[in-house]
Amino acid sequence: MSATTISNNQPHAHESIDNNHAASQNAARAYTPRFDLWEGDEEFVLYGDMPGVSPDSLDIRFEEGRLTIHGRVELPSDRKYTSAEYGIGDFYREFLVGESVNPEEITAEMKDGVVTIHLQA
Amino acid sequence: MLATRREPFAEMHRLSREMNRLFGRYGNGDSSASVALPPINMWEDENHLFVEAELPGLEADKIEVLVQGNQLTLRGKREVPSPSSGTWHRRERSNLQFHRVIELSHDVKQEDLTADYKQGVLVITLPKSEAAKPIRITVNSQ
Repeated sequence: MSATTISNNQPHAHESIDNNHAASQNAARAYTPRFDLWEGDEEFVLYGDMPGVSPDSLDIRFEEGRLTIHGRVELPSDRKYTSAEYGIGDFYREFLVGESVNPEEITAEMKDGVVTIHLQA
Repeated sequence: MLATRREPFAEMHRLSREMNRLFGRYGNGDSSASVALPPINMWEDENHLFVEAELPGLEADKIEVLVQGNQLTLRGKREVPSPSSGTWHRRERSNLQFHRVIELSHDVKQEDLTADYKQGVLVITLPKSEAAKPIRITVNSQ
């Protein structure tokens, strides 16, 4: 299990994203990963399936109550598919979690293609 | 105290639904129920067949890979954590139990196959059997 970096309050490419995904090139080309969201007494936990994303290729940001998760996947080259049932590409998802989340207390880890993000109020 | 905390997370649920749209990763917006699990990609080079599947969150030793003749069998199980307390606001990931038999385009050497699991992606490398490889025949002229 490896820790991943969280950047707070930094401008980034997804700043202007809205319902129209074309606002961000990265997001427009990215797949939407599936997430489970769980709330306990002490924390809120997000679990996301992002197969093929290494801890180094994961970018999680929190800004103005918005949590963005971007996982880069290196596209394999020189493959001549004889059968292709799924596409390969970046993952992108964002959640509005509200301003009450403490940015200092956000932690995340990545294991076997699953990202786990912990939020605390 | 909890009441103030719950508010933003309820909002999260509503807004994330609006802000995110599931792309047609597995085809044309069809229900994923109609897709054989796990979905696989296959490719080959001169000497090998390759089969790849996305299986995030499994233990490597819970994945079973069997080859018999030109049939490849993938079997495994994923159980997502299910704490007894707390509240699930969203459950898109699922417990996954799969058993899929794939017909390979070539016979393969059973003894030399390898399966690597990395970052939730399984890649199986299957060496083609000698009989399956193309044989170049020299054309003699007289």
